[in-house]
Amino acid sequence: MNKRLRLLLGTELPIAALLLFALFPWAWMVLASVRPEADLTQTPIRLLPSALTLANHIELLGRTSFADNMRDSLVVAAGAVLLGLALALPAAYAFSRFRFPGRSALLVQFLAINMFPVVMLILPLFILFRQFGLLDTYLALIAGHATFTLPFAIWLLTSYVDGIPRDLDSAAAIDGATRWQQMRLVILPLTLPGLVAVGIYLFISSWNEYLFALMLAGRHVRTVTVALQSFIGENQIQWALLMAGGTLVALPAVVLFLLVQRQLVGGLTGGAVKG
Amino acid sequence: MTPWLLLGPALLLTVVIVLVPALQTLWMSLHGVVLFRPRLQPFVGVDNYTAALTDPVFWQSLLTSLIWVVCAVGLQFLLGLGAALLLNRRFRWRGLARALIVVPWALPSVIIGLIWTWMLDFNLGLINALGLRLGLLADPIPFLSQPRTALAAVILAVVWQGFPFFAVTLLAGLQAIPPEQYEAAALDGAGSWSQFWHVTLPGLAAVMATALLLRMIWVANSLDLILVMTGGGPGTATQTLPLHAFLTAWSGGNYGQGSALAVILTVLLLGVVVTYLARRTA
Repeated sequence: MNKRLRLLLGTELPIAALLLFALFPWAWMVLASVRPEADLTQTPIRLLPSALTLANHIELLGRTSFADNMRDSLVVAAGAVLLGLALALPAAYAFSRFRFPGRSALLVQFLAINMFPVVMLILPLFILFRQFGLLDTYLALIAGHATFTLPFAIWLLTSYVDGIPRDLDSAAAIDGATRWQQMRLVILPLTLPGLVAVGIYLFISSWNEYLFALMLAGRHVRTVTVALQSFIGENQIQWALLMAGGTLVALPAVVLFLLVQRQLVGGLTGGAVKG
Repeated sequence: MTPWLLLGPALLLTVVIVLVPALQTLWMSLHGVVLFRPRLQPFVGVDNYTAALTDPVFWQSLLTSLIWVVCAVGLQFLLGLGAALLLNRRFRWRGLARALIVVPWALPSVIIGLIWTWMLDFNLGLINALGLRLGLLADPIPFLSQPRTALAAVILAVVWQGFPFFAVTLLAGLQAIPPEQYEAAALDGAGSWSQFWHVTLPGLAAVMATALLLRMIWVANSLDLILVMTGGGPGTATQTLPLHAFLTAWSGGNYGQGSALAVILTVLLLGVVVTYLARRTA
């Protein structure tokens, strides 16, 4: 009994407090999204909901352009996933299976990308995309998002490919498989779980991104993060719509993140634990 | 088939999206590039840098950046370490707790900014409402619109966003420490504090160092949360260096000086990273 009490006070209670801190602000938003707008805008505020309603969500999806914004975000994120994986997998294969001059320098170079402040790049990118008429297009955001998530994607996929025994490559080679066939028939199926994890990571990163989406697009292609920010209107903040939008946007990010949490953490710490 | 063929596409995109723009920023930082004068871009040497460095706002932004990075990363780290140590213990709903702790980390910065802007709101915010109701506050506090509290408020939001990152990475580090080390220490009569000091901390050192470096770079560069919550204000109270560069270029229309500020930021960060790597390999 004493032991149980110690566990409760020393471990479970502090954890519960931490979880409350981690989850409450999010839960408070989700709850707000299903309360009548008057609950949110009266002073002093009501702590408990006067009623539960889907009116905010319905108004958001029916009367604003938010459904279009969600479609834009979806297209951009899906594009970033496809482009990112198409670039990262061959690169990871090269890093894993070849030893060539400049290999380690290149690996470091890819990591160094993450060090560049986005402010340093956004202005020339704006000018570049404008020159090619790419401003405010899906392609601009897809290319931007895919590039900035490339380092982590390559890093993670390289460790996946490293985990595939080279004997399998050699066995396939002896059977007469070309490099291309080895990649397609041996490596690709075995890295599939890794591809799914990295793909989900790319999706969340793109879905959540704000600054690129704001600066390089925003009118014809308007992602959800930019749209949400615009609800903080010139005259009055529409809290009820904001909360509904925030809830809807956060949902896929949270669910997907929970799915791949383990793989991502493994990838983040893999290098550090080994080194 | 050479590795270069496989690396080619990834390299090409990186060159176009990162390297060329970075060089262009460097070029602009040495030229007089102003929004209202697009045709004339004379070479001005280091004028943009001199102008940036003699502007008192720069030094204030640098100080704000320093406070922002040290407080945000430090608090995220401490909270994350505490969470990792607790989550490494054995209790029945451990799996659930480990999964749910990451929720803030998964959310977009924009939503985090909105949630906290709302929670800290003068009229409609929960924190003021609770403070008043519990008698902790005599009057509501305009957290985000007074200079004294605005920086603390955005730091609170970024700590909330980032501590799960430390919690899960440090937890993974804890799990990689062989249990035999604890058994050996216990046999030698080490108490729990001594075990923490002599087994846990050294065992975590590599993960801690990497996580701190990654997070520091990220926090130092990030500006979306501040942009959403305060836009750098009130006045320049929450204006960090990247935000100062951003606002100088976009709101001020002074691309040259904004570029110079971006270059200064990059060099400062590079200095920190190189120092860190040099000390680690030494």
